[in-house]
Amino acid sequence: MTARPSSSGRRRPPAVAAALAVVLPAVLVTACGRAGPVTGSAGRPDSPPRYPAARDVSVPGSSVHTRAVRRGTVRVGVKSDHPFLGFEDPVTGRRYGFDIEIATMIAADLGFPADRIRWQTVPPQARETALAQKDIDYYVAAYTINDERKKRVSFAGPYYVAGQDLLVRAQDTGIRGPGDVRGRRVCSVDGSTPYQRISQARYGARVVGHDSYAHCVQDLITGMVDAVTGDDAILKGYAAQNGRRLRVVGRPFSREPYGIGLAHDEAALRGAVNDALQHHMDNGDWLRAYRATLGRAGGPLPRPPLLRRY
Amino acid sequence: MLSPRPSPLFEVPGQRARRRHSLYTMLTAAAALLVGVLVLVRLSGAGQFTAALWEPFTYEGVQRRILTGVVDTLTAFALAAVLSLLLGLLLAGGTLARHRPVRVTATTVVAFLRAVPVLILVFTLYNLTALRLLLDRTGTTLSGHLGDAGTWAAVHVTDVTLWALVLGVALHNGAVQADILRSGIRAVPRGQVEAAHALGMSRTQTAWSVVLPQAVRAMLPSIVAQLAVTLKDTSLGFIIMYEELLYVGKLLAQNIATPRGYPYLPVLFVVGLLYVAMCLAISALARRLARRSTRAPNVSRDPEESRR
Amino acid sequence: MHVLLDNADLFLEGFAGSVRLTVASTLLALLLGVALAACRVSPVPLLRALSATAVRLLCSTPLTVLFFGVTLGLPVLGLTSLGYFSLAVLTLGAYSGAFLCEALRSGVNTVDTSQAEAGRGLGLSPVQVAWLIVLPQAARTALSPARSIIVTLAKNSALAGGFSVPELFGAEKALLERGYAVGVVFLWVTLAYLLLIALISGVFLVVERRLAVPC
Repeated sequence: MTARPSSSGRRRPPAVAAALAVVLPAVLVTACGRAGPVTGSAGRPDSPPRYPAARDVSVPGSSVHTRAVRRGTVRVGVKSDHPFLGFEDPVTGRRYGFDIEIATMIAADLGFPADRIRWQTVPPQARETALAQKDIDYYVAAYTINDERKKRVSFAGPYYVAGQDLLVRAQDTGIRGPGDVRGRRVCSVDGSTPYQRISQARYGARVVGHDSYAHCVQDLITGMVDAVTGDDAILKGYAAQNGRRLRVVGRPFSREPYGIGLAHDEAALRGAVNDALQHHMDNGDWLRAYRATLGRAGGPLPRPPLLRRY
Repeated sequence: MLSPRPSPLFEVPGQRARRRHSLYTMLTAAAALLVGVLVLVRLSGAGQFTAALWEPFTYEGVQRRILTGVVDTLTAFALAAVLSLLLGLLLAGGTLARHRPVRVTATTVVAFLRAVPVLILVFTLYNLTALRLLLDRTGTTLSGHLGDAGTWAAVHVTDVTLWALVLGVALHNGAVQADILRSGIRAVPRGQVEAAHALGMSRTQTAWSVVLPQAVRAMLPSIVAQLAVTLKDTSLGFIIMYEELLYVGKLLAQNIATPRGYPYLPVLFVVGLLYVAMCLAISALARRLARRSTRAPNVSRDPEESRR
Repeated sequence: MHVLLDNADLFLEGFAGSVRLTVASTLLALLLGVALAACRVSPVPLLRALSATAVRLLCSTPLTVLFFGVTLGLPVLGLTSLGYFSLAVLTLGAYSGAFLCEALRSGVNTVDTSQAEAGRGLGLSPVQVAWLIVLPQAARTALSPARSIIVTLAKNSALAGGFSVPELFGAEKALLERGYAVGVVFLWVTLAYLLLIALISGVFLVVERRLAVPC
């Protein structure tokens, strides 16, 4: 006996409901959508500083710069999901964050005003390839300088010294440093360096991995985990994004100097970028940019690091 | 006179049974209401009903992003559906071939593809450098030969996330469709084939004009039901960052911070609703086809049978 | 070959994780499936309507959306004591339970009404009729679709790897991170799933034999 679906009386409603629920968004778009970015959406600094672009800049010996001048635009590789660090508003497509400010400063000193910058979101596994193949001119995205990477790319900077730190709920006074995570649930991004470091036996933490910091932060807010670990620059962005609810512990237990990623053979460009960094560190732009972005998480104001030219 | 019975288990309820049923109805309603109210209270306590969390949906940019997510989902679905049906046809033909090596190969391929989880297939294809090289080369050929249009096509059409997803979903669902088609072909009465041979039709002509149409018509509900599964499988694209609906939703939720937290639940609710709507549309189509095909005298199949 | 030997611990942990997930989720799915099917065929119209809606919703939502809903939604509701494993089991169990309910229901509908009538004629209560007469026969018919549903559940458990549960997909991700060739890792992981599916089919063969009517 073949089955007669007992919901035969509901023949029409599902199809009608289905059609409606698919057509509705289309109607909404044409009808009553509010334009502009979502208010309160993450990562927008209060009053972003402006940097006057230098004129007639030439960097002899840099093929990347020559090509960029000929093109009229400079291509910068960045991240798009680190609030207040390297962030892209999903609605308007505009970029905000400390890394974005640094990149804009450099572009200005290289002769490119802000509207001549072409931003590209480059996933971490593709950044060395992108630099080597000159798909991007330089890379500013929480990129830690280390000797292993220096074999494939070159670095200008450091422009910020981060360190692995912990993000906790504001009222949780129990965690004051990496020594306090024993037995507590700590979240990080699967496979990342902070994840591997906190998984070491000496910390004794119950480590949970997610595919994004945002998911970790959501779990922290709801109470599924007790702390999120990562570079303090990234964590400060999330703290700033969530008002008074989260705080960064402020006891970094590693040293992550962030550098500007450049192609391996671009020594002249490296010098020019280092000059640009020094210029903006000296004239106060660096501090102003920090205060407008990561500084909103609170905590003591850092000093610009010493550049290491090579 | 018999009043309609909901199932063979129960008789027409008498007076006492009716009173008992009213009691059960009230208890069920009370329990359902209790659970519902508890959930709503907890949710609103966590601030999930505040305007700030739902406000993002009123923005044109958000709506446009969600719409592109739907479009990208449907694109991946359309491509995967077509490919899976073609592959299903090919493999079904292979499993019923005369030559033993062809039959064995086809059967093995079908069994292998059905055993692999779609997620693993999609993820592996995404990490396969061979696929990326192929797509890169296609891209450069396109932009080389077709100029501007070629470049646009190269950027939009040779996206590795799209093709890893489409191929992964199509390979698995193609194997399932192959099994569905095979049982449909097997169910066509031998008399049809014999009659076609008697009329002098070749094997190919018989297969294409006589067997296949009947098989497809008989299995159409199952085939369409499997297409609903194909649609659901496209949501796996978020693992490899293909910008389908779920990925767009996740991106929006994690990048829009409101004073009350991230709008994960409202976004998931809307995304879930859209998926359910799309799926229900396909299932409704399957049911209508089932009803129409049971009128055909020769073969009838339970549409629920091979569906996941 | 050395991929397997050098990383035997990773593979074993992944396989064990997948097995754990499958077993726990199957148990939940069976419970839910029977409960939902009972509601679907009950004489109380409200129960029928509620369970029908629940089943239809669960069958039409992609498992990925369900996973996100459960792992992000339940903590918001305050259920933070459930670990990620329990959340994954809940999701997989609910999803497959809905499909099992439908399989069971078609099984029930294939049982001839005369069987139930004979049972009632003998004076058995509806519950006894359901449990002693209809369900065993329905189960026999529903066994084949149930097998494919459980096999699908085992394959769907791969998704839990994206939600912080150790199992085979997580093992594949870890191995690719360690730099092994994609094709080789894929083959070994597939073999592991084939083994899992073979085990499930074996269990169902045994059950089938137990339920078979001696000729």
